[in-house]
Amino acid sequence: MLDTQSDEGYVTADGRKIGGVAMEMKNITLRFGGVIAIKDISFDIRWGEVRAIIGPNGAGKSSMLNVISGFYHPQEGEVIYKGYRRPKMRPYQVARTGIARTFQNIALFEGMSVLDNIMTGRLHHMKANLLQQALWWGKANREEQENREKVEKIIDFLEIQHIRKTPVARLPYGLKKRVELARALAAEPSILLLDEPMAGMNVEEKEDMCRFILDVNDEFGTTTVLIEHDMGVVMDLSDRVVVMDYGRKIGDGTPEEVRNNEEVIKAYLGVAHD
Amino acid sequence: MPDNLLFAMEATLNGLTAGVMYALVALGFVLIFKASGIFNFAQGVLALFAALTLVGFQSGQIPFAHLINVIFGTRIHHFGWNMPTVLAIPATVLVMILLAILVERFILKHLVNQEPIILFMATIGLAYFLEGVGDIMWGAEVKALDVGLPKGMSGAVDDMTFAWFGYGFYIDRLELWAAGIAAILVASLTIFSQYTKQGRALRAVADDHQAALSVGISLRFIWVLTWSIAGIVALVAGIMWGSKSGVQFSLSLIALKALPVLILGGFTSIPGAIVGGLIIGVGEKLFDFYMQPIIGGATENWFAYMLALVFLLFRPQGLFGERIIERV
Repeated sequence: MLDTQSDEGYVTADGRKIGGVAMEMKNITLRFGGVIAIKDISFDIRWGEVRAIIGPNGAGKSSMLNVISGFYHPQEGEVIYKGYRRPKMRPYQVARTGIARTFQNIALFEGMSVLDNIMTGRLHHMKANLLQQALWWGKANREEQENREKVEKIIDFLEIQHIRKTPVARLPYGLKKRVELARALAAEPSILLLDEPMAGMNVEEKEDMCRFILDVNDEFGTTTVLIEHDMGVVMDLSDRVVVMDYGRKIGDGTPEEVRNNEEVIKAYLGVAHD
Repeated sequence: MPDNLLFAMEATLNGLTAGVMYALVALGFVLIFKASGIFNFAQGVLALFAALTLVGFQSGQIPFAHLINVIFGTRIHHFGWNMPTVLAIPATVLVMILLAILVERFILKHLVNQEPIILFMATIGLAYFLEGVGDIMWGAEVKALDVGLPKGMSGAVDDMTFAWFGYGFYIDRLELWAAGIAAILVASLTIFSQYTKQGRALRAVADDHQAALSVGISLRFIWVLTWSIAGIVALVAGIMWGSKSGVQFSLSLIALKALPVLILGGFTSIPGAIVGGLIIGVGEKLFDFYMQPIIGGATENWFAYMLALVFLLFRPQGLFGERIIERV
């Protein structure tokens, strides 16, 4: 059994080195009026790992992701990021601290081309001032080239060269999901959040997406947090899994540990009440 | 060359320059519509307010003088100095930016994620509010606006056309200037929206708020930016229309003339606003020229709207607008 709790990190079964704690969620409670979406949940995310959050519908997974990305603010608990307690931040501020995300029901800029969409991921890497940018002069020129190079690399990596000039609105669902991943990657995030990256995909598209998530993690060492329903996918992809049910955490550990957890089995398969 | 053709050519030229004036107003609408999906009913009043403020600054009027006099029984009205135009214009720009900040702070911020129709209603409210504030602040009388732009017949055009055709065209110099200024304005707006980080962010916000947030764009900043730009465009329109026909409250009605321009050009296209304006300008003048003997004058009052109706029938997205495709 792996010792996944050591402060220095651990080595996975396939030999990848996982680092120390990147982000720690401490006793997070999130309420919407009288409804408790997340109840006193704590877990950590380590550098370089693929961390999954699973659970039945309405378990609070997406709410958790929204807490991490700053779209929701928990009433209780704290988020420790890179060793510091994170103050209450707006979503765009969180994004600027190196946390990129995708959405369950795809949020792309439909009117823009694929390339432009991915370029927006690099907006806050651009430092040249308005005049320089408008006149294509000085720092702006250099920056634009650097950013374009990075974006082209990601386009290559995710195999979407053939659609780079296509307006996003015209793409099929599976490709849109991939473009969204590309935009998130373009920000060179410290932590990448994926909200059901494989929802609504066919088997082939799912396999592709799995491969991309693993390749991204391998190639760039990107720490990834993902929500997924497909248990097979989760077990294959992730290093550690948090299991949620009705806003509570009912399991946390490696896929094997979670798979054998009584409570998890109950939540997923249901249990006879007598 | 037959006289009739010469007159038609002159009418066309006049139509082009008048069209530019319409396009100037339409531009402000397009900007806000592109960036926030809001049809800003207050754009015309924004132009009026900008022009009023500019005249007020120039003539050293004390804002809210009437109100102050009523409350405190004083009899103030002017500071007693005239602000040079080079100072008054930047000062007005600052006021428009301040206004943008206030609009974001007190209106838009509270209406995030609301239906476009609700935002539209809010801009109707803003229009009436601004009209009232403009009145209290600067008074309701018609004011002359002079920023040093030349007026009257352009001698150069007259001479040139006389040399060519033996008949001098009458073109207003102010409208020639307006055309030049509109060209500069459109060029800089296009460069801004296509090549700068802020421009890209602006287009992103127009498309999807959530996605924009997730890539680190501040909605509030972008909204203030958009409304500031719309305010500055309104100032330009206000200066042009104000110089032409005086700064008066009917100025806010030029917004109505911008509507057909927008329907023709498409709500989302900056070049569309220009071309739409030109088509309406030329169409109006030529229609008047050819139809006047048959159906009488004053066709300019309704021609633009009729043209817009025809467009709505056959090409509802306008000439340059995004095609509306409903996927099921």
